[in-house]
Amino acid sequence: MSTRHFRIWRGDDDGGELTDYDIEVNEGEVVLDIIHRLQATEAPDLAVRWNCKAGKCGSCSAEINGKPRLLCMTRMSTFDENETVTVTPIRNFPIVRDLVADVSYNYEKARAMPAFAPPSDLAPGEYRMQQVDVERSQEFRKCIECFLCQNVCHVTRDHEENKEAFAGPRLFIRAAELDMHPLDTKPDRKEFAQAEQGLGYCNITKCCTDVCPEHIKITDNGIIPMKERVVDRKYDPLVWLGRKIFRRDQLDG
Amino acid sequence: MSQIERHSFDVLVIGAGGAGLRAAIESRTAGQKTAIISKSLFGKAHTVMAEGGAAAAMGNVNSGDNWQVHFRDTMRGGKFLNHYRMAELHAKEAPDRIWELETYGALFDRTKDGKISQRNFGGHEYPRLAHVGDRTGLEMIRTLQQQIVSLQQEDKRNAGAYESKLKIFHETTIVELLVDDGRIAGAFGYIRETGKFVLFEAPAVILATGGVGKSFKVTSNSWEYTGDGHALALRAGASLVNMEFVQFHPTGMVWPPSVKGILVTESVRGDGGVLTNSEGKRFMFDYVPDVFKDQYATTEAEGDRWYTDPDNNKRPPELLPRDEVARAINAEVKAGRGSPHGGVFLDVSSRMKAEEIVKRLPSMHHQFKELADVDITAEPMEVGPTCHYVMGGIEVDPDTQESKVTGLFAAGEVSGGMHGSNRLGGNSLSDLLVFGKRAGEHAATYVASLDARPKPREADVTALTEYAEGLLVDTFTEETENPYTLQQDLQEVMNDLVGIIRRAGELEEALTKLSELGKRVDKVKATGGFAYNPGWHLAIDLRNMITVSECIAKAALERNESRGGHTREDRPAMDPQWRKVNLVCTLGESGIVLKRQPLPTMPTALMSLFDRSELSKYLTEAELDEFDKAVTATDEDGETS
Repeated sequence: MSTRHFRIWRGDDDGGELTDYDIEVNEGEVVLDIIHRLQATEAPDLAVRWNCKAGKCGSCSAEINGKPRLLCMTRMSTFDENETVTVTPIRNFPIVRDLVADVSYNYEKARAMPAFAPPSDLAPGEYRMQQVDVERSQEFRKCIECFLCQNVCHVTRDHEENKEAFAGPRLFIRAAELDMHPLDTKPDRKEFAQAEQGLGYCNITKCCTDVCPEHIKITDNGIIPMKERVVDRKYDPLVWLGRKIFRRDQLDG
Repeated sequence: MSQIERHSFDVLVIGAGGAGLRAAIESRTAGQKTAIISKSLFGKAHTVMAEGGAAAAMGNVNSGDNWQVHFRDTMRGGKFLNHYRMAELHAKEAPDRIWELETYGALFDRTKDGKISQRNFGGHEYPRLAHVGDRTGLEMIRTLQQQIVSLQQEDKRNAGAYESKLKIFHETTIVELLVDDGRIAGAFGYIRETGKFVLFEAPAVILATGGVGKSFKVTSNSWEYTGDGHALALRAGASLVNMEFVQFHPTGMVWPPSVKGILVTESVRGDGGVLTNSEGKRFMFDYVPDVFKDQYATTEAEGDRWYTDPDNNKRPPELLPRDEVARAINAEVKAGRGSPHGGVFLDVSSRMKAEEIVKRLPSMHHQFKELADVDITAEPMEVGPTCHYVMGGIEVDPDTQESKVTGLFAAGEVSGGMHGSNRLGGNSLSDLLVFGKRAGEHAATYVASLDARPKPREADVTALTEYAEGLLVDTFTEETENPYTLQQDLQEVMNDLVGIIRRAGELEEALTKLSELGKRVDKVKATGGFAYNPGWHLAIDLRNMITVSECIAKAALERNESRGGHTREDRPAMDPQWRKVNLVCTLGESGIVLKRQPLPTMPTALMSLFDRSELSKYLTEAELDEFDKAVTATDEDGETS
């Protein structure tokens, strides 16, 4: 056990400040344990969003010493013994209170995303897909919706005005997931991503991939293939048709 | 404050996990205007934590599987205390509910012929769990979430607005159900973000709030699991059944202390992982109880052969139902044969290639590496029991999921009866789909049948507002109780005195302590404002936690036998007389009232699915005689017809 120095952002959308706390830290603890200890002692109304505390629900996203992280998966042992640990809310969204951000932007963008379009000629129970074909989409379905990729994406991080036209990396991999779904029947996922989701704004700096706690290769496996094929298809719709039938090409890139 | 937001819906679904979302899909599809109350953000509910899979007898991996086999396994797992009709419906309907998820876009792992793959799990005779690696719960919640969005898109196209028929209230907590003359009239709650109070008028409420695990110190459950639905139902006049049965999952993490209790999926054992003690012994072979003797391997060699040749070998005892494995681990640790941090070893590294482990158990690999510096592809995990699931819950009609209160339905973990005294792994995800759908369907039918709707009473709303507002103070004083301290004290009482192994004296002590804690809860206060104030939220939740804990302790003291998730050290045997008895809790004038109630009698047709020799391990002599007579009568009928 040792006493460590923390600076935690307290306030709401109208303003706030970093507040200093000296707090006990035990072996094996993560930053969320420390936040909980603060709540139980000197800051009972400290607002934080969390759920599973096992890196599976994506609720406790924050910035720790400026880096977008999950509070429950950031171990105290990753910091130097005398290092001050600064915890601030994710920056790309309005603040509700303290470490809690208003992430409704992501839900609005998800609602604008056309849903899975099931094949009309298959009854439930008749779906047949090969493991190798579902794996590409499964990678994107690992997403825990922590929105760290949405938080770090500089298209909107420094340009609030882009939010209206730009759905962000989380929704690009959702588009890619549906595009690569072996039985999805909507033929224009890529065009939609380009025309309605703002895929073209992305200039592939891979910041999203770097922060993904699920290690999804958002850029390489999701965004780049979507962009490439959008370009292909703009020139030749027959190429698209062939690719939709022979989907293995999507393993490349 | 006291400005109240008001909404009116046909069906109000409280809880946004698998059961709640499936119920909402059904009631909206039936044409009823439906609201979903989500204590967390949409898509974060506890279902997300489910790892192993959803049990459904699709027979994709072993064609010998069918609903009858699944039914048998479920009844055995629950030590024959399950409501037979729920177990029957569940086994029959689970495959359809899984296949339906594919039409919503779910992507389960596949067999070689392209069907949904199924994996082995404790207590299931055949590979039965539809899964996606070890993140099945995430796939299910996301699929249901996306189907709801899909329905909202349809409503936008047809009615002009996304939320015209189906609305989600994120981060909203229900404080109380409102009842008018014995019928549900609505619910009162608050929106976490603002602290603003909200009144929902609705003639039908579906409770899908999950479990109670947060009342225990070591648990795999999140902060949301405070028994809200159980307590709301009790206060509204409904009854709870089987509350003494709490499942301690055998394998939770034990080290480091801050992660103690986090779940280690049963898939580790389903995929070949073995449990060993400090002497390196696979101790589970010493713990096969008499009722399961014929179904499990007696040697390591046979157990190992079963993975490749299940038709000619018996399964290893690591795959016994959870209650058996949890007790065995507990006993090994107590006997001084535990691991350095007070668990036992669970090893998969010597059983599978590293790349296969990473592929089949990616979250476990990630979780141990990140949180405990353990590489499960190279070394064993240390594991021990953790409070995981409550079998007990709201007593419901097995077909409609309606409780004793008209208009109040329940589905998923918050409902009782389906799992008897112990739930099999994988039966929860299928349970919430099967009964979520049924609850949604029957709530919708009930609303459609109404002429006049019950109305919430304004006096109730005023009293609830005053109650919730009164919990906030400027500063703590000597007269006030801190909610965090109280929660810790409660967790210790439940863990130490109402835990995995119970004794009459300790249960009596627990009841005394719970009574003291109840008085302290009356003095609990929180500081700060209304907006997103976790101290205030906890102060409100604590009332539910205490009520439900008292039900558990009372029922545990009353049932002086050991069965499934209820182990009495002072009464270690299973007693056939007790198999005929359900313990039911209601709320009376002066607190929890516990009464005994006979179990519904299983029809002969279902009973005949079991060998008589197996039945004789559970039933009384008198019951066996009646069964024999019924079978003879049926045979004679058969001959004459």
